[in-house]
Order: sequence, then structure tokens, then C-alpha cells
Amino acid sequence: MFQGLINGVSAVAIPILILAIVGHGWYKKVKVYEVFTEGAKEGFTVAVRIIPFLVAILVAIGSFRSSGALDLITSLLAPMTSWIGMPGEVIPMALMRPLSGSGALGIVSELTTTYGPDSLIARMAAVMEGSTETTFYILAVYFGSVGVKKTRHALPAALTADLAGIIAAVVVTQMVFG
Amino acid sequence: MINTIWIVLMAGGILVAGFQCLGLDYSSTAGLVMNPSFVPLNDLTKGLFDSAKASVNLAMGLIGIMALWLGLMRIAEESGLVKIFARAVRPIMIRLFPDVPEDHPAMGAMVMNIAANMLGLGNAATPLGLKAMQELQTLNKVKDTATNAMATFMALNTSSVTFIPATVIGIRAAANAANPAEIIGPVILATGVSTTVAVIVVKLLQKLPKYQVLEPQASSAESAGEEV
Repeated sequence: MFQGLINGVSAVAIPILILAIVGHGWYKKVKVYEVFTEGAKEGFTVAVRIIPFLVAILVAIGSFRSSGALDLITSLLAPMTSWIGMPGEVIPMALMRPLSGSGALGIVSELTTTYGPDSLIARMAAVMEGSTETTFYILAVYFGSVGVKKTRHALPAALTADLAGIIAAVVVTQMVFG
Repeated sequence: MINTIWIVLMAGGILVAGFQCLGLDYSSTAGLVMNPSFVPLNDLTKGLFDSAKASVNLAMGLIGIMALWLGLMRIAEESGLVKIFARAVRPIMIRLFPDVPEDHPAMGAMVMNIAANMLGLGNAATPLGLKAMQELQTLNKVKDTATNAMATFMALNTSSVTFIPATVIGIRAAANAANPAEIIGPVILATGVSTTVAVIVVKLLQKLPKYQVLEPQASSAESAGEEV
């Protein structure tokens, strides 16, 4: 029942959203085709722009994994994370997510390719990617842009939310796909 | 920080592989036995090149999906759908940001940023978020210190209010997942938990004596002067 509901939401979300956007655009007499292609042009730039970050992080992770160094670290942390149902392979993701968006994206990609997109590991990393954010980057850039130096309770609140998000991602993934 | 992590991953891997080349065997009955071999380092090198190739394949697979979302987002902006959305969530925004006047430009910018985050459009979210911070700064009396509204906005942003994690769906689609979008439901649930925690924690912490804003005499006089 619960899983059926979740699957239902997942199934209808994107088709309905696309229909709503295109339908509303047509209703408002927007030249949907021209405007769409105008926006879509940026897709190439964005995808190409992330290549350096992907190469840097995928190669570094590749080094860490193919040498067996990652197994070493995860075997140290695994007893602590296993009681909430988090597989050791996802630990690097949880560690990287608050630090680097491109880094976390690299880890998700890597786990998805290595274990297959339909594995529990890849799904958990994907849910974690979607439900948490690059806290340090956002705080630094956003506060930096307006010259705020004393961030008060912003960082402790954000980090608590990250921890809650990571645990929630693990628990929900286990409930739905486990 | 990312520099430290990168060097640890990169150099840590190479050092561990190098150590394994010694082929130390602790379990042997004849004491510590060494079986030197270059296999671990050769495997490592092959792994590095394979990773580099895989990252470009991945980015190529993403081009189409990114283009689709950015195109749709542009239609939603042109048709005014984004504005309608902003009006719909106004009651929530007033509760979250009681210090920000209802019709202040900061409200609009924050709503647009959160909407872009909900759709998983990070590239649209960042410019709007920076605009929102600038607008919030105009309401700030102590310019080098975060306001409650800023901290709440940051907590919302870093807890990621995501409904459509477009990039990660793109990655899964590029990897030929049976159902790339199946993670949407779980993401909404998990993000709901982290956002709820973020709002509760940020609202609780702002009351602590430790996080009170110390308003200097000079600056309060200055801001009073500005209001006149």
C-alpha cells in the first residue's frame, strides 16, 4: 500500500508536470516551441561544464576504490552505520554530500554505474542526492555574496538538517526498496 | 576542504595500492612473507583511465535531459506559471519569514529560488537565491551579521526542498535504469523530514542567548536615521 502510493507519485509526477507547463504555456499563447528550444540550448553548456568536476572526482574516487583504500575506511565505519541500514558503499556519499555538489554527483554516478541503477546502493545514493544539499558551499557563497560574516545559528541548523536528511534517506530507501 | 578530500582520495589510493605491491602475507606459517608484484599498481592505473572515460560518457548522456528541463523551465517562466506558484505558497512564506514584509521583493526572489530547488534545477536556483540574499540584506540592521530570515532561508536551501531531482534522474536514465524516476517518492519523503527538522531547529536556535544579535548603539542610531 505504502510502496504502491510512493510508486504512484513517482510515476505521475513528471508527465503531469510537463503537461502542466506545456499546457499553461499554450494557454497563455507562449510560442512554446521557440521558447523551449531557447532554454534547451543551455543544456549542452551545463552538461559540458560539469565534465572537469566529474573527471576530477571520478578519477580520485576510482583511485581510492580500485586500490582497496575505500574498503579499508568503510570497514572501519560500517559497524556504526549498519545499525541504521546504511550499506558501507554509501558512506562516502554521506561524507561528501555536504562538502561538494559535483563530488556527491560523481559518487552517485559512480555507484550507479558500478552496482547498476536498480541496486539498493544506487537507489539510496540517489535519494540522498535528492534530499540533501551542499551545505558548506551554499552558506559560503550566499553569505559571502552579501558580506555577512557572523552566520549565527545558520550552520548548526543546516548541519542538523543534513544529518536528518541522510538518516531519512537511508530509512525511506530501506522501507520502499529494501 | 574539497582540496583535502581530493588529495586524500587520490594519494590515499595510490599509497594503498603501492603498499599492496609488496604482497605482504601475514597469515603464512613461515612468518612474514613478501610476494612483490606490480599488479595492484597496474590495476590502479587502468582504473584511473576507465574512470576518466566514464565521466565523459556520463556527461554526454546528461546533455539531452538537461536540455529538456531547461527548455520546460523557460516555458514556465514565460507563461507566468512561476509567478502563480509564488502566489500559491504565500501563506507559508509569511509564517516562515515573519520579519519580511509580505510584498517585499525578497519574498518573490525566495519563492522563485525554492521553486527552482523543488524542480531540481540547481542552475536556476543559485542566481535567484543570491538575489534573495541581497534583498534580505536591505532589511538587515547589522550588516555583517545574519538575520533570522537569512538563517531560515539558508536552512531551507541546505535541507533541499526537492520534488523533482532532475539531475539524479538524468544519471539513472543515462545508466539505463528500469525506472529512472522511481526515486521521486522517496526523495519527497526524505526531503520533507530534513526540511521539517531544518525549520524546527533554526526557529529553536534563534531564541538561544548565544545566537542573539548584539546591536551596537551606533548602528541602531544609524538605521533609525535611515528610516526617517
